[in-house]
Amino acid sequence: MTDTPEALPSTESTASEPVPHVTRRDLLAGAAAIAAASALRELGAPDIAAQEVLSVPSVPSDPTKIPGAPAGDTGARSAFETPVREHVSSSLSKTPLHELEGTITPADLHYERHHGGIPTIDPNRYELLVHGLVERPTVFSLQDLERLPAVTRTCFLECSGNMRRNGPEETTAQSLCGLTSQSEWTGVPLAVVLDEAGVQAGASWFLAEGMDAAVLSRSIPLEKAYDDALLVYAQNGEAIRPANGYPVRLFLPGWEGNTSVKWLRRLELADRPFMSREETSKYTEGIKGGKARQFSFVMDARSVITHPNYPAHVEQGWNEVGGLAWSGRGRIARADLSFDEGETWVSAELQEPVLSKAHTRFRYLWRWDGAETTVMSRAVDETGYVQPSLREFIDARGPHSGPYHRNPITGVRIRTDGQVVYRTEPWE
Amino acid sequence: MRSVVRDRPVILLAALGVAFATGCDQSVPNDGATLGSAPAVVAARPASHPLPARFGVGRAATEGDISVLDIDIMPDGNGLPRGRGTAVDGATIYASSCVACHGADLQGTLLGGRLVPAPDALGFPDGDVPISMKAIGNYWPYATTVFDYVRRAMPLDRPGSLSDDDVYAITAYLLWKNGIVDETVVMSAEALPAIQMPAWDRFIVDDRLGSDRVR
Repeated sequence: MTDTPEALPSTESTASEPVPHVTRRDLLAGAAAIAAASALRELGAPDIAAQEVLSVPSVPSDPTKIPGAPAGDTGARSAFETPVREHVSSSLSKTPLHELEGTITPADLHYERHHGGIPTIDPNRYELLVHGLVERPTVFSLQDLERLPAVTRTCFLECSGNMRRNGPEETTAQSLCGLTSQSEWTGVPLAVVLDEAGVQAGASWFLAEGMDAAVLSRSIPLEKAYDDALLVYAQNGEAIRPANGYPVRLFLPGWEGNTSVKWLRRLELADRPFMSREETSKYTEGIKGGKARQFSFVMDARSVITHPNYPAHVEQGWNEVGGLAWSGRGRIARADLSFDEGETWVSAELQEPVLSKAHTRFRYLWRWDGAETTVMSRAVDETGYVQPSLREFIDARGPHSGPYHRNPITGVRIRTDGQVVYRTEPWE
Repeated sequence: MRSVVRDRPVILLAALGVAFATGCDQSVPNDGATLGSAPAVVAARPASHPLPARFGVGRAATEGDISVLDIDIMPDGNGLPRGRGTAVDGATIYASSCVACHGADLQGTLLGGRLVPAPDALGFPDGDVPISMKAIGNYWPYATTVFDYVRRAMPLDRPGSLSDDDVYAITAYLLWKNGIVDETVVMSAEALPAIQMPAWDRFIVDDRLGSDRVR
């Protein structure tokens, strides 16, 4: 295939020329197809068979000279584009941040973190129970929830354990912090649902419980329900994906991901927290002085450079440095870049609209002179909170504060040959 | 914690204020400042279509609806079922249902986490002690959480399959192995909430907000 103009570009790359957007899987698939095609040729089969083995469309030398493909029921990515999530374990996969543009994460690339696998739930049998300190314990069907006033809001959702420590130079933005994604969510304000049941005086917390095999449960202050909590059933214009909580999940803007309980089956109102396993032994952080921090809901301001990123190469001359900044406390006020290891900072341009508790794209045009350069990014949000350096972070929390709520400044390093790598920094 | 006692229509309007702020005008701060006042919403709504105090959606939950789902256990023992179990009983159940993932020495394996502190544990695993040292005996603040979690989510391949007696027994076994109760204790709805865990006073509520620097 490599000797014909119809070949996919993925089969033309060689190991000595790393090409962004071409995965090892592509290379392997291409190699397998070449082997299969040559075997078929030896058997006297026509060359067309090779294209069928590849199961990607043939590429005409001039697409204006043959009719294109017909319309279909659902779309698919170009066969030339193969972004995939990075599976760290069977319960966790990361969004390819360094392969995406804009701020919306395609739903099939949204990060995953589940504690008992992805349940299969029939939307026609779905029920949400609201009980405890309410006037009228109530069961809502999906249709009931869809009848209530809906809102749509674009927000990030981030796992509280979203920072790979001590990654090697080959660490991509995906591998570093791909447990954050952004969607346009649609659902009903939780306050509307609670008012249907009638919240009793004295209620101050509620338990949110999922119907997954972990029956995951978290206690949430009732204040959040009357601030901006949603019960969402749609994501980027369609029903929520199973991995993201189909058919209904809680959504708590700006808060650590596991509190936005997926596959929601029950809300129980009470006058105190329930002290579930997730909020005692699990999603708590050791800090200095023999203590651990609990109910640390808000995700602190954070940023990551996505372009350029490993394994890309950059050319001398003008380049755009870009990435994402976000904060669970509100809007991003600034995204700063440093080209001198944090000595001085310049502000990047923020792509409008800058939404509260949302991924914000930043960009900065920069001229690379060919010298080895590090580029670091730093987010500042509208509350004035400044993303800390790793030194500041460790000094504040201790070196072993655990996997949650790590948000130190990170960066990339550009070698003299243009190769972009992760700016490594020992966590100590 | 702010009181939630207020007129229902105000709550509803506040909720719709959020709806308008987030759905139509993303430039309006959504930090709670919009709550409690939504004059634009009120003014824009024609008198012929007043907002209801309630929409009347959903059906009344029955006792059965609630009892089948209401499985949570609180630190004061609220929610604990009848039943009993001992560490000796628990050892048998552990050997058949838990050991494959958590190991014969309860130190955890690649499949399941550590259940007892490591032999070289360095005290409470705060920010200066490796998080891998976390276990029931040195980190979990409430014994009731052990019962709640085992009953709802364990064993991993058969979640929710253990009887209440079995869960009491496993809880007794785990607490005994962590050096918290005597081997002969009979775990029950009365005994479990009376246990004070070593880490009960180690947890502080989030104190990061209100500062513009990392805490």
